[in-house]
Amino acid sequence: MTDFPGAPSGPSTSPRLRVLAAMSGGVDSAVAAARAVEAGHEVTGVHLALAANPQSFRTGARGCCTLEDSRDARRAADVIGIPFYVWDLAERFREDVIDDFVAEYAAGRTPNPCLRCNEKIKFAALLDRALALGFDAVCTGHYARIVELPGGGRELHRAVDAAKDQSYVLGVLDAQQLAHSLFPLGDTTKEQIRAEAERRDLAVAKKPDSHDICFIADGDTQGFLAERLGRAPGDILDADGTKLGEHDGAYGFTIGQRKGLRIGHPAPDGKPRYVLDISPVDNTVTVGPAAGLDVLGLTAIRPRWCGPAPVGAGRYTAQLRAHGEEVPVTAELAGGQLRVALDTPARGIAPGQAVVLYDGTRVVGSATIAETERRAVAEI
Amino acid sequence: MQSVQWPNRDPGHALRRGPFQCSAYTGAAMPYLDHAATTPMLPEAIAAMTAHLGVTGNASSLHAAGRRARRVVEESRESLAAALGARPSEIVLTGGGTESDNLAVKGLYWARRDADPARTRVLCSPVEHHAVLDAVHWLAEHEGAQVEYLPVDGHGRVHPEALREAIEREPGSVALVTVMWANNEIGTLLPIAELAAVAKEFGIPMHADAVQALGQVPIDFAASGLDALTVTGHKVGGPYGVGALLLGRGQTPVPLLHGGGQERDVRSGTLDVPAAAGFATAVRLAVERQAEHAVAVAGLRDDLVARVRAAVPAAVLNGDPDPAGRLPANAHFSFPGCEGDALLMLLDAAGIEASTGSACSAGVPQPSHVLLAIGADPLLARSSLRFSLGHTSTKADVDVLAEAIGPVVQRAERAGQR
Repeated sequence: MTDFPGAPSGPSTSPRLRVLAAMSGGVDSAVAAARAVEAGHEVTGVHLALAANPQSFRTGARGCCTLEDSRDARRAADVIGIPFYVWDLAERFREDVIDDFVAEYAAGRTPNPCLRCNEKIKFAALLDRALALGFDAVCTGHYARIVELPGGGRELHRAVDAAKDQSYVLGVLDAQQLAHSLFPLGDTTKEQIRAEAERRDLAVAKKPDSHDICFIADGDTQGFLAERLGRAPGDILDADGTKLGEHDGAYGFTIGQRKGLRIGHPAPDGKPRYVLDISPVDNTVTVGPAAGLDVLGLTAIRPRWCGPAPVGAGRYTAQLRAHGEEVPVTAELAGGQLRVALDTPARGIAPGQAVVLYDGTRVVGSATIAETERRAVAEI
Repeated sequence: MQSVQWPNRDPGHALRRGPFQCSAYTGAAMPYLDHAATTPMLPEAIAAMTAHLGVTGNASSLHAAGRRARRVVEESRESLAAALGARPSEIVLTGGGTESDNLAVKGLYWARRDADPARTRVLCSPVEHHAVLDAVHWLAEHEGAQVEYLPVDGHGRVHPEALREAIEREPGSVALVTVMWANNEIGTLLPIAELAAVAKEFGIPMHADAVQALGQVPIDFAASGLDALTVTGHKVGGPYGVGALLLGRGQTPVPLLHGGGQERDVRSGTLDVPAAAGFATAVRLAVERQAEHAVAVAGLRDDLVARVRAAVPAAVLNGDPDPAGRLPANAHFSFPGCEGDALLMLLDAAGIEASTGSACSAGVPQPSHVLLAIGADPLLARSSLRFSLGHTSTKADVDVLAEAIGPVVQRAERAGQR
């Protein structure tokens, strides 16, 4: 078989596995499947039908799971030369990802559905089914690296392509899930993957990247939520409780949001105002100056560890949102909750998002942010 | 000429690679148990078809080449008519079963409604193939049809009394009746002649889709009393993309395709001469061999059913358990606790080709409307698998399946239902 530059070369020392390759119809998962074949594994392709009523065609870069994506995945599987099936996980996806997404917003939090999908669908529903059917591993086109330790065990690391790194959304995987995962793209840049796809005659080589939320095809998250949660007018307040305006639903806001507040008059100091708090209980949104967003520490729940859970306080770097920067922290597991103290204040941190802890490039674990500690606005 | 280099030219390449290849099967028989989806072409049909592929001639042309082509078409038509108990003028060649069904259902509905606007009721079995079912839905949504599903028993059979009852509620408003000859999923045979006799009493045209029945049970258009009957080539060892609507001479459906006026002005389009020849040959042989084939294939099927049940005692045979009441080549099971598509994948990986038997959208299996119509639980309806035999089936095929099915079902059970 031809060796492709950028692909892992030389005889593989790893055993031949029965691999189920999740194929979205995009370029990454197609190349990942091809590389798994080339590594000597027995690969079967599967496209997950996640939308209950798939659209016929993609519109721009958004969305996935259209019939066209399914066809693209099938054609890639043909070219790679592997069997291909479509599995309908739409019901599980709706329950575990979409309903959760809506419920989280309704509770004033800002969920990350990709993380949730990895935790509940790709590396749970799909992996469980694959293992039960006799597969050894699930392979995806995520940009992350798995490092095998000499004494057994595996570590999850950031991809070499920092811009494409997806280890943040994989931070929910535990050791058991990692043991059955294959991420063949972690050592390559996106640019190289596209070139490789071209060389492999994969028609998806030039297909645009998908981003945004796959189940909100038009990208209108507010409209999507409004349709499901209905209009719920309430007040927009400043930090001391003065009413500044009204909103159509507190769920429509995200902490740190600046645009679309519809507050008629400027702040007394003339500086822009940001959403500081969302309170679903009294349906209010509190706004204030940027400094009010400074987070000094946080408490996170539902911790998940890629290896053994750390004991005692430890020094890490933390990523606090998708594509966010890493910040140095001290973190400690106490009473099933993760306490994280930031060395320097950080902004744009919302409950519902995940905190992922890193040790260098290694992913240590993750937890869902429940509460943040901020300076009282009065102190600012 | 330069040859085009396709990746993976070996047609078996993608199909045969699989994670669970059992050494007992590699290199041996690869059982194809999906003849209800399509059948291998008969060598005689391939010969008849290829003989005409290189010959020029539009069957509608008036010159020698045209006459030569037309002669092949007309001889094919005569052959089809003789095999199917019809007159040559009653054979309307089409592009296959779906087109024939659509032409019958829509065309007859339009014609009847045009003649009498009160006739908008369409009486239909709920176990029809999608080519009929979706055509009928479309008429309801766009053409003001009132669709009434005739009640079926637990095997998917429409009883003549049920049809009579439905017609008698308001005989003057019925546009047409459409009931399939044999069900494509569970293999149940329907009492077509008795149903047609009821429709005839009221002067209502009746259509039957006999795509699955042809070659497995005797089909005689004249004796059936039907006004329209659908058959297709590729289910009986003929080519894809060609079929016929047998149409009583009094019936003039409104065409789906307008154009050159071929085929009684009911189905325009240049006639496909090689396909007609291949189709006619396949139908002639299927009918000639039907009695013998039915006995042989029923023997294999009975063996298959017994051995699947022995390997998987929980398996439920769907459709009529009486061999006389179902297609001789059909075996359709539900495997409780399993997902049909998981079973299909595991068998496929072992080189055994079967079907969940239900319609797919983008490859996503839907719970079978046939099983739902006969009262099956939706979970059970998603746990089914159809094995359909054909002219190339052998005892070795059944042996391989019998050996594989037990472990496959166990594995699928572990994966459970979603």
